[in-house]
Amino acid sequence: MLKLNFVGKRGAVSTVETTAGTTVLQAAIDHHIDGLLGECGGACQCATCHVYVDGSWISRLPAADEGEIAMLDCTVMPSQPASRLGCQVVMSAELDGLLVRVAERQV
Amino acid sequence: MTVPGVVIAGGGLAGFQLASSLRDMGYARRISLICEESVPPYHRPPLSKAFLMGPMDPAKLQMRGESHYAEKGIEVLCQRRVVAVDRTNCIAGLDDDSKLEYSHFVFATGARNRPLPVPGHDFGGVFFLRSLDEALRLKARLAGVRRVVVLGAGFIGLEFAAAARKLGADVTAIDVADRPMARALSVPMSQVFAREHARNGVHQRFNTQVLRILEENGEAAGVELMSGETIAADLVLIGIGVQPNIEVAAACGLEVGNGIVVDAQLATADPRVSAIGDCAAHPSIHSLGHMTRLESVQNATDQAKCVAARIVGKPYDYAAVPWFWSDQGDLKLQIAGLTTGMDQTVIRDDPAAPACTVFCYREGRLLGIETLNRPADHMAARKILAQRIALTPEQAADAHLELKQLVAAAPVHA
Repeated sequence: MLKLNFVGKRGAVSTVETTAGTTVLQAAIDHHIDGLLGECGGACQCATCHVYVDGSWISRLPAADEGEIAMLDCTVMPSQPASRLGCQVVMSAELDGLLVRVAERQV
Repeated sequence: MTVPGVVIAGGGLAGFQLASSLRDMGYARRISLICEESVPPYHRPPLSKAFLMGPMDPAKLQMRGESHYAEKGIEVLCQRRVVAVDRTNCIAGLDDDSKLEYSHFVFATGARNRPLPVPGHDFGGVFFLRSLDEALRLKARLAGVRRVVVLGAGFIGLEFAAAARKLGADVTAIDVADRPMARALSVPMSQVFAREHARNGVHQRFNTQVLRILEENGEAAGVELMSGETIAADLVLIGIGVQPNIEVAAACGLEVGNGIVVDAQLATADPRVSAIGDCAAHPSIHSLGHMTRLESVQNATDQAKCVAARIVGKPYDYAAVPWFWSDQGDLKLQIAGLTTGMDQTVIRDDPAAPACTVFCYREGRLLGIETLNRPADHMAARKILAQRIALTPEQAADAHLELKQLVAAAPVHA
């Protein structure tokens, strides 16, 4: 099992256990983490699963592809270098302990 | 006696989103979500894509876990249908003879597969693809299949064709139309997709009508065309479209046409009854007010939100810019806007990539933009249409004018 940490409103941290191959969005849904909507079902079409990846982790994630980059232009909360879409970040052993902050608003 | 709340007929995306949005917007009364299928709401798009390609736990398709509904106080009734609506007394009748009072009733009944108008759909090896049940049976059969025939070169047919091709099958897609996705795409984009699918080894037969499905020992063995020619197959997928589930609405006296007729705020003539998603026909501002029925994730989601807002007392006209996607193997199609009635197209094609952008106009006005493998153009297109940013055919033809720059340079209105 891999650990994935979500920083929610007011800075509260929720740590969930998930498996390799599960996306950050799916892990959030599985564990009832508030704030990631994933309205399009994880197809990288709606930008409602916006997270800010914690600084130390940003460079350790596989790079976003063209589709995700295009969607990151359309998030409701401002997109930053640390921004990723939860549906596109896939958990792996290398990302055990990943820390992400849920964007304040998705719609 | 509790005050009646909202009864939602249909546990697809529209019904799920309506229930969720109502709670998000603070609606505190009872919400009943009536689902025909045996499982709570799930995402359909993966059924014709990733779900077919490898191991995927069907539980991962669920929109939310079952405890979510209990937490939110959303009553989900599976394997149930609303069979009648008594609009005089505001009572919905279910197929188990139970009754549900409502203060607001919403049809989110979606659509069902259009049946094949020729014999043979009962044979083993013949499939439709809309539900999880159908996808599971199809997936089980797909392993080891060598020759696939797809009837209907629309979105589902071609998504399946591309998946089957990736799995190593010999694939033929057949359509009565003269090009793929003829209902929804411009001629140039259809031609690009025909070219790319051909490149990937998918055989395509247009202007072709099927006489019957052939069988051997009760299993599909191929198809016979009107010409007499036969094409062998061990699996036949039928993807010739869907028809909206409007029967209960019609029976309770509501106007139906190509869908349950609603107004700009998605209400029927009965202010306590609305319709959303694949089953609803609304007057779209993106189609000069013509009655429009859209089959898309975007429409289901945004129409649900619109009705939720009206129910909690914050009505607005439904005006969201339509958008759509279809992943056919490595070909990612996206569409922004409603392009029906286009009379002019401007094309930016890069066959080597492959990538393509088609701008669709009517009387000089931009209706929409179709893209192949150009997500940045698609997202710019959504903004161009939403903000009504001017984009003339001349500008569209200028390949050096990046759509993203056009959006960035547009004046922002307060």
